[in-house]
Amino acid sequence: MNWITNYVRPRINSIFSRREVPENLWHKCDECGSMLFHRELADNLNVCTECDHHMAITPRARFKGLFDGGIFAEIDVPEPTADPLHFRDQKKYPDRMRSAQKSTGEKEAMLVATGEIGRTPIVAAAQDFSFMGGSMGMYVGNAIIAAAEKAVELKRPLVLFSAAGGARMQEGILSLMQMPRTTVAVQMLKEAGLPYIVVLTHPTTGGVTASYAMLGDVHISEPNALICFAGPRVIEQTIREKLPEGFQRAEYLLDHGMLDRVTKRTEMREELITITRMLMNQPPAVKGDLPAPEPEVEEETTAKTTVDEAAKE
Amino acid sequence: MTQYLDFEKPLAEIEGKAEELRAMARANEEMDVAEEAAALDAKAASLLEDLYKDLTPWRKCQVARHPERPHCKDYIDALFTDYTPLAGDRNFADDHAVMGGLARFDGQPVVVIGHEKGTDTKSRIERNFGMARPEGYRKAIRLMEMAGRFGLPVITLVDTPGAYPGKGAEERGQSEAIARSTEMCLKIGVPLVSVIIGEGGSGGAVAFATANRVAMLEHSVYSVISPEGCASILWKDAEKMREAAEALRLTAQDLHKLGVADRVIVEPKGGAHRDRVAAVTSVGHMIEAMLGELKDMDGDALVADRRKKFLDMGSKGLAA
Repeated sequence: MNWITNYVRPRINSIFSRREVPENLWHKCDECGSMLFHRELADNLNVCTECDHHMAITPRARFKGLFDGGIFAEIDVPEPTADPLHFRDQKKYPDRMRSAQKSTGEKEAMLVATGEIGRTPIVAAAQDFSFMGGSMGMYVGNAIIAAAEKAVELKRPLVLFSAAGGARMQEGILSLMQMPRTTVAVQMLKEAGLPYIVVLTHPTTGGVTASYAMLGDVHISEPNALICFAGPRVIEQTIREKLPEGFQRAEYLLDHGMLDRVTKRTEMREELITITRMLMNQPPAVKGDLPAPEPEVEEETTAKTTVDEAAKE
Repeated sequence: MTQYLDFEKPLAEIEGKAEELRAMARANEEMDVAEEAAALDAKAASLLEDLYKDLTPWRKCQVARHPERPHCKDYIDALFTDYTPLAGDRNFADDHAVMGGLARFDGQPVVVIGHEKGTDTKSRIERNFGMARPEGYRKAIRLMEMAGRFGLPVITLVDTPGAYPGKGAEERGQSEAIARSTEMCLKIGVPLVSVIIGEGGSGGAVAFATANRVAMLEHSVYSVISPEGCASILWKDAEKMREAAEALRLTAQDLHKLGVADRVIVEPKGGAHRDRVAAVTSVGHMIEAMLGELKDMDGDALVADRRKKFLDMGSKGLAA
């Protein structure tokens, strides 16, 4: 018995735990099932190198690929009141928050940063679907307002990457109030004559789609992203019929006039550079990889490499 | 004949008995039931008061959805004169879930817009149970924009389970229509006041209720998601709607504390449906009061007021 517990079991455990290592190095494509080497996948911005399927990407990994030299400065977002309703379902809201923070290593569901793309200064905001479904609560509202204010202050375009299941139910009506709040943020940009580009990524649904995600000057989506107000399941239950293939997917919305373009993630950066420079009346950018710009402010940081590892999990 | 809600069952029994007694007395003139019937009435009245004194959030949802509750059309008919409905979004269709047009309120020309749920099977289907499609929001946008140009105050009456989750609605841009409607609410340089008269269902309500002043009837609700929807997502069980209604803080009283509702309008005992005239009159007084507060502000001040109101919203939680 002692021999088994002291010797055999640790051996067995070590054999199995050793097997976990290759699992972290290889990522299986959700769509075609191909095994993809993690570094190659990260270099391709989490787009499957075999079938072009766009997998989820964290805001940090996205910004690293977006900004020149992977350099950007995070913008501080004012902290909202924590758990304003003392919300409790099967779990307490603060507990859900803590576990989301632990699993993502992020404070909340949106990251805002300034930096340059193709030497074009911009402000960018990206929603994090891995953080409680990217849900829009007061923090996300504050982040979008902070992003718009920064863009107005610096006279830069705002590029916003949306990804959310909708409003954060745990903040009740206050999450719903982010619809008008973020709409005010968009109005600030419009009044200042600054471009507001929305990149809708998989999935963008509910109150998020019905506010800031649909008020852009230009709407670009990643291929096959689900974009809708009511989700397909809710609609099927309401109308009691099967929905057509590709319903509410990016290409379908493009056909129905809700989007300007559907663009692959790997080509997004170049496209954003081209569009923002034209809207800002700037000469064409020098194409290709540019060396990293000089840091503009002290807190300028490169994306943490640890986050890249986390993204693979 | 009043339709009773499940929690009103004991009340239905007492009121039913009183009604029976009176019917018997009518059939038989020698019977004197006045005293007995009056006693039952008194019992019913005190029970009604008890039941409604401290309604749970879920019961408030039920009252807010009561089929006999006064609807948008009732308010428009009673409170406005010269009501001239205007139809269509100039793109695709006219949505009957949203009614609106020019009218006079206390003599003053205004634009009134609201969700209408319908009152019987036929009209409910025609009105799509108050669930608007993109055309409804686009009609509202058109009317609000026009009100802005002609300097007419806008009054919105909110009563919707939510925007319609249908195939065509999605294809024609439900999200975009709601977003643009909210945007137009924030843009117009005229007073915009809103009353939640029944259900304030999520984005479909925000699209009309992004107003300078928002009032809620005492037993109306306003929420990011229906209690049933919330229960099925967070509890994985739609039957947990009571718990969800509690957690969501969707009552007029909680929303007033949170600063989302500026005013709460007292309803007649037993809910607006028990005394429709009184309910409609109170709403009329509240609209008058809210418009009065805004009448000295110019267009820029009204826009700034609306923006500030929503930007500041949520800075205090329930604890404050």
